[in-house]
Amino acid sequence: MEKAILIRYGEIHLKGQNRPFFERVLLTNIKKALKDFPDIRVIKAQGRYYVENYADEEAVINALTRVFGIVSISPALKIEKNFETLAEHSVKMIEDLLSRIQKDIITFKVESRRSDKRFPMDSMEINRELGSRLLKAIPNLKVDVHKPEILLNVEVREFIYLYHKVIPCAGGMPVGTNGKAALLLSGGIDSPVAGWMIAKRGVALTAVHYHSFPFTSDRSREKVIELGRILARYTGPMRLHIVPFTRIQQELYEKCPDEELTILMRRYMMKIAEEIARREGAAALITGESIGQVASQTINSLVVTNDAVSMPVFRPLIGFDKIDIMNLAEEIGTYETSILPYEDCCTIFTPKHPVTRPRLNRILKSEQLINGEELIREALDNIEIIDL
Amino acid sequence: MTEIYLDYAATTPVIPQVIEAVTDCLKNDYGNPSSMHRLGIQAEKRIKDAKNQVSHLLNAAPDEIVFTSGGTESNNMAILGAAYDKKRRGMHCITTVIEHPSVLQAFAHLEEQGYEVTYLSVDRNGIISLDELKKSIRDDTILVSIMHINNETGSVQPIRQIGAVLNGCSRKPVFHVDAIQSFGKLPVYPEQMGIDLLSVSGHKIHAPKGVGALYIRKGVRIKPILFGGNQQGGIRSGTENIPGIVGLGTGAGWIAKQQNERGSYLSELKNRLVKGISQAVPTAVINGSRDTSAPHIINVGFPGLRGEVLLHALEEEGVYVSTGSACSSRNRKQSHVLKAMGLDNQLLEGSIRISTSYLTTLEEIEAFLPVLTRAVARIERYTRR
Repeated sequence: MEKAILIRYGEIHLKGQNRPFFERVLLTNIKKALKDFPDIRVIKAQGRYYVENYADEEAVINALTRVFGIVSISPALKIEKNFETLAEHSVKMIEDLLSRIQKDIITFKVESRRSDKRFPMDSMEINRELGSRLLKAIPNLKVDVHKPEILLNVEVREFIYLYHKVIPCAGGMPVGTNGKAALLLSGGIDSPVAGWMIAKRGVALTAVHYHSFPFTSDRSREKVIELGRILARYTGPMRLHIVPFTRIQQELYEKCPDEELTILMRRYMMKIAEEIARREGAAALITGESIGQVASQTINSLVVTNDAVSMPVFRPLIGFDKIDIMNLAEEIGTYETSILPYEDCCTIFTPKHPVTRPRLNRILKSEQLINGEELIREALDNIEIIDL
Repeated sequence: MTEIYLDYAATTPVIPQVIEAVTDCLKNDYGNPSSMHRLGIQAEKRIKDAKNQVSHLLNAAPDEIVFTSGGTESNNMAILGAAYDKKRRGMHCITTVIEHPSVLQAFAHLEEQGYEVTYLSVDRNGIISLDELKKSIRDDTILVSIMHINNETGSVQPIRQIGAVLNGCSRKPVFHVDAIQSFGKLPVYPEQMGIDLLSVSGHKIHAPKGVGALYIRKGVRIKPILFGGNQQGGIRSGTENIPGIVGLGTGAGWIAKQQNERGSYLSELKNRLVKGISQAVPTAVINGSRDTSAPHIINVGFPGLRGEVLLHALEEEGVYVSTGSACSSRNRKQSHVLKAMGLDNQLLEGSIRISTSYLTTLEEIEAFLPVLTRAVARIERYTRR
């Protein structure tokens, strides 16, 4: 007998001819997620994977729940194909489970699948025989085929896999099966969530952050690196570009109308991100914008920001309320880091009364007041790259 | 780029003598001072040596010193310990609005338990009024806690006079002094100054972090706040941090020597700094009194600038200073000390603290001044409109 974890994947099934490709990428991603477990084996079976040969089950489960494309997993016992052995282990498993529940009567059901037709009993027989064994051995069990409290699963394949627990995972599609996009990553709550959502659809990420030292501190830089690390636990290795943004902010501050500073700054951020995306082979940009959250996220502002680039801009949070975004951030594990007080934008450069309905032609005129091309080139030339 | 460290009030580098003593202790004196055997006795001896070194600087007796995990514990232990012990006599305490959080939070904790606390105000120079103190003392006042040198501004409280006022009371309240910034920089003699409890920290005097001491005058009783194996006479349970204690003792010995031999050195540095800063940046304002404040701490305001931005601009050129308030729109954290001194918003946001030590050289000060001029020039164009 040994332990195993059974991995189920969902949407990949829909992919017809491409299926082997998706399965291969998922397998690679699973292996990457488990790289810290040296002797672990990942085995491909019909429509699932098995993970075997590990010590710290909880750590393996934790790592697997973060791999996009996995729908659910089940920690199982892998036992030899023999009904007596199966019955013994089943009794023990249920007894273990019952020792942790304080209840007089517990309902259960056995559900078997037999892929190996050489096994002498069919699934109906296994259900019936195993059920009666359990009833005999454990007095406070009762059968309920409709809403059982314990659902004991038996899968007969090259071995028998026995489990009762199904742990839901992130779902989505394997990262790398749907191309690449560049995420504008600030130190706030929204952008990491936006990146997570797009990565969940199988998109690999490359991240871009703007740093304005000495107007923001190196703590805010460390904070963004930490957010990138948390994201990388889901996406696998991710590249973070830290763009020096001080000069652009200073130039804008000195030469452009105060109330337009934020929107102009955002246009420059988009332009730089687009160029980085091109260099990194990414086809789209991702931002954490949500309609109306702040002045620079009104529809009019989004239109003006969007106009700065020709690449599509994905805004997965566009219709989300702040509270929903915060809940997601907590689930992903970025929230605690995002709310650290080190800000990525100094209030000196935030106008007191920012425009909420900017007009594109006016903003384009203001944009001409600084030597944008040269400043962008200078910023691009001085990017710091951190591979997470 | 040569680095100039001017943030000694935050913490100090550990000097080679201390590193050597601590290393030697880690290697050789690993015994538990409570053990009956030779190794225990050897470790105990190291504690005795350190007590001598620390008490010497205070003109106190070695057995009046208890070692702690640092300044915060010393302050907590003094305030809570004295208040708990005197509870039956009264539940009123007096402190000031400019104390360190480890004092203010300890009093907040006492308030939750029904104690009453009077917070003395300070004037524009950050000094309390003896009149206000006298008026605040009541029959049920059991504890007065006032810091010697303020960590942010360097303002120095009239500890000797306060001690005299308290000594004149019919029932003297326990007098605690947070001397964490003054130990080794200004003369502190508890016996002469009427001090009953006095806090000291290791890492402000070139010893390691994680070790401190509390002076408890002979005959003054406080209740312990840590419970266990009754080490250090039961007042502070927990196996003694011998390497840290050796470090603190060595640091105290070193700084005593500096104080004796180079008594006016820090003041000379300060005079040069104050003069140099007003020349380098004419709009700069020295917060607090420049004559009566501590020799090693200067708090300077640059109207219109953001202290934190200036800090980072200096950092970019290898100069390290500190600031009390942060450049953050969400939680505008302003210095409670500068606020209490009645400074306006511009100074609250635009102030930095420069602090020196006996390790600071005149060359460093000379090199710092042009850096300051450059940094200010670089960022002064960018202020919030």
